[in-house]
Amino acid sequence: MENRNRWSNLYLALVFIVLYAPIFYLMYYSFNSGGTMHEFEGFTLDHYREVVQDTRLIIIVINTLVIALLSSAIATIIAVIGALAIQHVRSRRAKNTLLSLNNVLIVSPDVIIGASFLILFTIVGVKLGFSSVLLSHIAFSVPIAVLMILPHLEEMSPTLTDAARDLGATRRDVLTKVILPVIRPGIFSGFFMALTYSLDDFAVTFFVTGNGYSTLSVEIYSRARQGVSLSINALSTLIFLFTVLLVVGYYFLTAKKAKKPSVELTAEAGVPR
Amino acid sequence: MTSKAKQVYLIPYYLWIALFVIAPVLLILYYSLFDLNGKLTLSNYANFFTPVYLKMTLSSFWYAFLITVFSLLVAYPAAWLLTRTKHKQLWLLLIILPTWINLLLKTYAFIGIFGTFGPVNSILDVLGIGEKQILFTGFSFVFVSVYIFIPFMILPIFSALEDLNPTLLSAARDLGASGWTTFRRVVFPLTVSGVRSGCMAVFIPALSLFMITRLIAGNRVITLGTAIEQHFLVTQDWGMGSTVAVFLIVVMALVMVLAGGRKGVRHGK
Repeated sequence: MENRNRWSNLYLALVFIVLYAPIFYLMYYSFNSGGTMHEFEGFTLDHYREVVQDTRLIIIVINTLVIALLSSAIATIIAVIGALAIQHVRSRRAKNTLLSLNNVLIVSPDVIIGASFLILFTIVGVKLGFSSVLLSHIAFSVPIAVLMILPHLEEMSPTLTDAARDLGATRRDVLTKVILPVIRPGIFSGFFMALTYSLDDFAVTFFVTGNGYSTLSVEIYSRARQGVSLSINALSTLIFLFTVLLVVGYYFLTAKKAKKPSVELTAEAGVPR
Repeated sequence: MTSKAKQVYLIPYYLWIALFVIAPVLLILYYSLFDLNGKLTLSNYANFFTPVYLKMTLSSFWYAFLITVFSLLVAYPAAWLLTRTKHKQLWLLLIILPTWINLLLKTYAFIGIFGTFGPVNSILDVLGIGEKQILFTGFSFVFVSVYIFIPFMILPIFSALEDLNPTLLSAARDLGASGWTTFRRVVFPLTVSGVRSGCMAVFIPALSLFMITRLIAGNRVITLGTAIEQHFLVTQDWGMGSTVAVFLIVVMALVMVLAGGRKGVRHGK
């Protein structure tokens, strides 16, 4: 038994090492004064300096953040409406259809989303750049936010709204004073998911950026294609720290609510896009 | 009386569905019927069934299959062992955390790790095997993809295992089943839904990855995703690209029907 335990711990440890090795590998070499990712010559912060002084990169980071915040805010609003819409539908079949339509963009491979949005924007005449990227980020963030909000809406006891209405609340009061506060955790996690979706997305954005506009992941891709450059390592270290902060912050926010955060959904939503 | 008022504020959501869910699929279908000169034709489909594309499709499926199988082989035991640990939630979080890191950065790391002078080659050297070309091969593509997908395989299996009633295991043991029999007859059948979700979460994206093939496989491996990207962004042959996309959509639908029926992978409930 002891022996078996040791083997299983070893296996798990191995999985964790493999999972984290590339990330720490990147971080380690971000401090390398030599220009390569295989010979550590000496400690330096030059690559970080390079990142900080790269105005183009900073503009791209700002672009990425603006797109992420704006698109997830708008997507969350649409998602609240969508969740209400799905909940209001009485017939089971119509509800299922609506849910399936909602989930199409979650299940579709990114290339297809990207390619079809490219066609759409070209036909409608949306200029490729900020607006096309923003629109597509809103579009693919809506369904996941709906899925995060819907369970909260369904858990809400209908007697709450009935009571509010009996007490003379208007429809708007019911929405703002009863429904929205009850589903707030869902709205927060929906927003957070949309945010990470947007920050992470590469493939869809790659299709709809056009020339002259770029987000971080598209920029990383084009730099990585040119080969190793340690400023990417420095950048990734910064991103890693930022991500950890974000995740930890999110878990602290949701941990307060005793409700079990839907870990599984949260993670599955991050399937490479 | 209020049904009219309801309809009005629901408009943004329905508009979203019409514009970004239904219209794109129809547009892809529509564009697949046009050739490079904008002529209405079925030649794209005829093209698709030529050996060049069929071979590509086949190899794309083969790689997706390999990636799914290897992910499953690594992930199942890991998920099982995870359910046995103390502080499960913490370990699970640690499995999830890497998925939040941009996939391109992780892929980029492997350029260094698998490179000619990278650590893997140094180890091979020390072991006396000698340096090997690892980057730009099918192997590196499969390895990196499995690496990327493992958390998505572990999670659904983990939750299926968590739902497993532990008394069933004791019952099997009481009835004299060996460890392997218990696994084969009890544990695996009861967690097959998790395996299915995991496989779907891996297989479909694996068909359509194109950044990993470009960065790691150096165009040695061409997946359906690579082909679509190539047609849309490089050769500007949107018709052919759409045709490949239509095919991918059909495959996706088939896989979902075959694998799960109603219980879709990433449904909220």
